[in-house]
Amino acid sequence: MGYYRVKKIIILVILHTFLMSVALSCLLPFFWMINVSFKSQEEFDNGYVAKKVFSPQQLEKLLTSKIAKEAKFNPKFLIWNVSSEDMLRVKLTQLKIEDKDKILKIWRKTRDYGLRPPLSLNLTNYKEVIFKEGFWRYFLNSVFYTFVTVCFIVIISSLAAYAFSRLHFPGRNVIFYMFLAAMMIPLPAGFVPVYVLLNKFHLVNRTGYVLAMTNMGLSLSIYLLKTFFDQLPKDLEDAARIDGCNKLRIWWNVGLPLVAPALGVVIIFNALNVWNEFVLASLMFTAEELMPLQVGLMEFSNRMVTQHTLIASALTVAALPIIILYLRLQRQFIKGLTAGAMVG
Amino acid sequence: MSRSSWDRFQNFSFILPALVIFSIFYIYPFFYTFILSFQDYDFISTPKFIGFSNFREVLTDKEWWSSMYNGAFITFWALTFQNILAFMLALGVDRVIRMNKFYRVVFFMLPILSEIIIGLLMKQLLSSEPLGRDIFNRWITNLGLGFLAQDWLGTQHVRLVTALVHCWKGFGWAFVIFLAGLQNIPQQLYEAAHIDGASAWQVFRKITLPLLTPVIALVLVLTILGTMQAFAMILALTGGAGGLTEVPVMRIYNHLRFRLVGLACGEGVILGLILIVVSFGMFFISKKIREKYGVLPS
Repeated sequence: MGYYRVKKIIILVILHTFLMSVALSCLLPFFWMINVSFKSQEEFDNGYVAKKVFSPQQLEKLLTSKIAKEAKFNPKFLIWNVSSEDMLRVKLTQLKIEDKDKILKIWRKTRDYGLRPPLSLNLTNYKEVIFKEGFWRYFLNSVFYTFVTVCFIVIISSLAAYAFSRLHFPGRNVIFYMFLAAMMIPLPAGFVPVYVLLNKFHLVNRTGYVLAMTNMGLSLSIYLLKTFFDQLPKDLEDAARIDGCNKLRIWWNVGLPLVAPALGVVIIFNALNVWNEFVLASLMFTAEELMPLQVGLMEFSNRMVTQHTLIASALTVAALPIIILYLRLQRQFIKGLTAGAMVG
Repeated sequence: MSRSSWDRFQNFSFILPALVIFSIFYIYPFFYTFILSFQDYDFISTPKFIGFSNFREVLTDKEWWSSMYNGAFITFWALTFQNILAFMLALGVDRVIRMNKFYRVVFFMLPILSEIIIGLLMKQLLSSEPLGRDIFNRWITNLGLGFLAQDWLGTQHVRLVTALVHCWKGFGWAFVIFLAGLQNIPQQLYEAAHIDGASAWQVFRKITLPLLTPVIALVLVLTILGTMQAFAMILALTGGAGGLTEVPVMRIYNHLRFRLVGLACGEGVILGLILIVVSFGMFFISKKIREKYGVLPS
């Protein structure tokens, strides 16, 4: 008895250690990202020492000398703008400060590039990223593209799926298999001809992008909705028909409400697809007022290579809404993203 | 008669919007790729027919094949490391009762986020001075593993690191599919095996593995297709690293930016053909395996 119990507990401990370490490796970078996004670049790069460590005379000396730099947002700390420990040591020696080693130790400990909680919840990075660097616009652009594309896909694919499942017309199966085949054939350079085409039709703008993205999600959405329609009983629709509804009204009033669960999956799958799309958007939108978030992020990080805290807050602006949405709607997200795989 | 044909037209009009968009943005571009790949076109001058010379150029281009090698290298790591890790995690989460929702939520967070976010975030963590701050090296030094510190995005390690970051982003996706497969296996089989006194290894070898073969084959094929076509994360992480992590689609993308449309299409056609052959081959092999080991019909 005891032997099996012990064995079981040991196995569970090993298992949880393994799972936990992988989970931590997933969470730590994001913790770092959010943490750093609240820091100023100075605070991120340099160590800091609480003012109360010093005696009043020392503090006087430090503040009047040029080498000490006080953080404006927090009166409790001293932040040195020096790049190495040796430099700080030299400067402290010059000022004849006692307890040099203690100060250096604190400085070294606090100079950790982002894992310590921020000195204060300071939102200047966010203000700069969102308003000055125009992330509000990228964000609204992404919302616009995602919303319009998903609306198009939902209406067009549910119409088609309803027809494929319920209505009769010549060539029904052939056309359906064509959509299926489109899902199976890998088109690694599919964006090339689409981009050339949009260029030709002078559609390198919002409309062209939305139409191209609509097409990207169409096949899978039609397939998912069609299989869902196939499983539903036809009684309700028959009743509606007898009551004198036309086909369009049956689709809208009876069909769509019935496939609502599948629509959720379709919406999330496509919304994520459009939100995360980069290739076509980066080819099409070189003007800032049209860029979606992913392209804006890329441009921004190329422009601001060494502004680590700004980049961290830009990344947070882009990632956090998705993470929060995901935490609210986990089940649908998992279904939505694996839907594509399960079809094969 | 006329009533019925009006009826059929009405029915047909339901799929009309889908069909129109599909024709313009899928069918037409599909054939257009082949036409363009025989042409020399730069968006400005009229396209010139130049026969097979785009294909000849691609097939003899050393850099193209080295980008294929890079893609294959990353795919190799995704196939082995990523999928084995995902499989082990799925087996683990399938067994634990406490916290299993937490693990599932955490593991699946990375596949949800965009490739650009993952690439840029890991670039922040991995790049060293003067542009970065060696964050990752500092972490492992704090854990007492300072001797492992490296210039991760330097020429020596960048390819492997790129592959591992790709695995890091992708394992959650494979994990969820494996887990769904595991939970579809009927519990009675395990109970029966338990009563018959089967060891854990026997249960795994004789029940879990054969019943999961279709799922495993599916994940492998999708891993190959997905990884060979991935590039936004790599663009964000390394920008190609001077060819060291340039993958095929990145090359196509760059050629398109340099207005070498015909060449880009030629590369796309070749890569597409290779992928189709590989994925059909994989399906064929998995079917053979399934037939040989006689998997129960599910």
